[in-house]
Amino acid sequence: MSNDVDNSRRKFIAAGVAGTAGLVLAPGVTLLDMANARPAGEAASSTKRWGMLIDSTKCATGCTDCVSACGKENGFGSTGHPETDAQWIRKIELKEVKSGKSHSLPMMCQHCAEPPCVDVCPTGASFKRADGIVLVDRHICIGCRYCMMACPYKARSFVHEEHDDQNPDVPRGKGCVESCTLCVHRIDKDLQPACVEACSAGNHGAMLFGDLNDANSEISKRIATYATTQVRADLALNTGVRYQGI
Amino acid sequence: MNNDVFSKNKDGAFYFVLGVIGLVMLAGLGAAYYMEHYGHVVTGMTNQIVWGLPHVFAIFLIVAASGVLNVASIGSVFGKPVYKARAPLSGLLAIAMLAGGLMVLMLDLGRSDRLIIAMTYLNLKSVFALNVFLYTIFFTVVALYLWTMMDRKMHGYSKYVGFAAFIWRLALTTGTGAIFGFLVARQAYGTALLAPMFIIMSFSFGLAVFMIVQAVMYRWNDRVLDEAILHRLKNLLAVFVAAVLYFTAVYHMTNLYFAKQTDFERFILLDGGIYTTLFWVGQVLIGGVLPLFLLFTAKKSGTVLVASALIILGGFFQLYVFLIGGQAFPLNLFPGMEASSSFFDGRIHPYSPSLPEFLLGMGGIAAAALITAIAAKVLHFMPDDKHHPVSQ
Repeated sequence: MSNDVDNSRRKFIAAGVAGTAGLVLAPGVTLLDMANARPAGEAASSTKRWGMLIDSTKCATGCTDCVSACGKENGFGSTGHPETDAQWIRKIELKEVKSGKSHSLPMMCQHCAEPPCVDVCPTGASFKRADGIVLVDRHICIGCRYCMMACPYKARSFVHEEHDDQNPDVPRGKGCVESCTLCVHRIDKDLQPACVEACSAGNHGAMLFGDLNDANSEISKRIATYATTQVRADLALNTGVRYQGI
Repeated sequence: MNNDVFSKNKDGAFYFVLGVIGLVMLAGLGAAYYMEHYGHVVTGMTNQIVWGLPHVFAIFLIVAASGVLNVASIGSVFGKPVYKARAPLSGLLAIAMLAGGLMVLMLDLGRSDRLIIAMTYLNLKSVFALNVFLYTIFFTVVALYLWTMMDRKMHGYSKYVGFAAFIWRLALTTGTGAIFGFLVARQAYGTALLAPMFIIMSFSFGLAVFMIVQAVMYRWNDRVLDEAILHRLKNLLAVFVAAVLYFTAVYHMTNLYFAKQTDFERFILLDGGIYTTLFWVGQVLIGGVLPLFLLFTAKKSGTVLVASALIILGGFFQLYVFLIGGQAFPLNLFPGMEASSSFFDGRIHPYSPSLPEFLLGMGGIAAAALITAIAAKVLHFMPDDKHHPVSQ
């Protein structure tokens, strides 16, 4: 009998301790759990490396679908000052000097694995996200333009004047440097960059976006199958944007 | 003898000069405000020519600032009395010109208001960020150096601090050259040769500036510079000018040897329009050959001053060709192909410097002049040849 009483008392104490412990620890555990949940930033994992493959044989001379889509998505257009207007993506028309063979292709930030713009930036505003996207932190860019001097692809633009037609997802500020973000705001929502989407929508199929680290992704398979080129491969920057057909 | 640089009986004239310099500086600050308010669209700079005339002024001032300190270094480090007498003035000019150059550089930034960020967020892999340390420590070391020279109790340390300043000035100009030396993308830059080349340019530009400032101070005080001193300084200056010409030749001939650089060299040396003219007439003739001839044949101090002025002018031409010409030549992304685009690929990029850019640059020079004039008024910076005779 006395043993029964003791037992129930022990059970009561144990339950009480467990309950109290639960009450004390639960919020902490929940927080820990929340920290482990997938926040917006987790998309930027180094297990991925976002890249693009551009097939210049499918890219038509004069077609600017990708350029228009980029301007619309990122909120910039012509201000009437072509020399100072930002161009995150542009179409380059090429002609081989010897053979006369012509190519047409889009050129933008090549999202280098070893980006010179990141190396030279004095404040660290130019940075590479873990998933390989090269970006500019508009809060600490001082507008020195050293990155523009360093970029071998002329991929960066300086905002020369005030803009009031900004896309809320893509803040742009006078006095800062900017360039193709690979539509990072869309990638984080599992969407494709606007240029790639426009190229597909027009049935051109010249641009392919995907994860270069995933051997089973279409982009990796294509790069493994066909001869592709990195522009200015002599600089060994390991670009995220590759070209086919040049 | 009155050793004050600006003696009291010329107070009126001094304040007048100070007022004129102040007005030029104000115009520079006004230009910076104008550029800040409307954005760089009001300047001649574009997405093609990203660094323009303000950078030519800023780089000249920064390079010459380290060079002007050489006069002091020769005095303290190598123990030459003629130079020792001029060491305080040399140190003062170094501080003043660096301050003026950095002012131009800072006020040209897209976001000059983020000065605190530039000083607190440092990417140590960036040469620019390293330059922030080089500049700050240069100011400190040269200020200490001035203290050891101007305070009798500190004289004993002068040689050691002077040596540190000498080493640091070499580091500083190496840093300035490396800003371009580390740019792999563009054909004009990306060579380690630029570090020693900038050092020798600093020797030449710095001494030329020193000669002119010294002459102004002597004239103001109705004093005449000893012939022997002038002779030594002019010969040294001639050696520096010849060395700059030598480095210029090596730089271009190295490029000519590489087939991939031939087009760029053709642009600068042969068919680059304004850049070719500025190179041959401005940099080589006005800034090199002519002053060299004048310095070797000079009999009067006036001729040396004309040569010094030409060296300074030639220095500006040299930096203009180097900086703007280097950017005007398009990037070659696809060797063996002709490129064209709406972003001006494959085309020589035009550049017309605007008035605000020029005023900002002049504002930097005025700032350096203002610091020098005020410091020379309140402290003793006039070269004192009585206590450091030439014969020693």
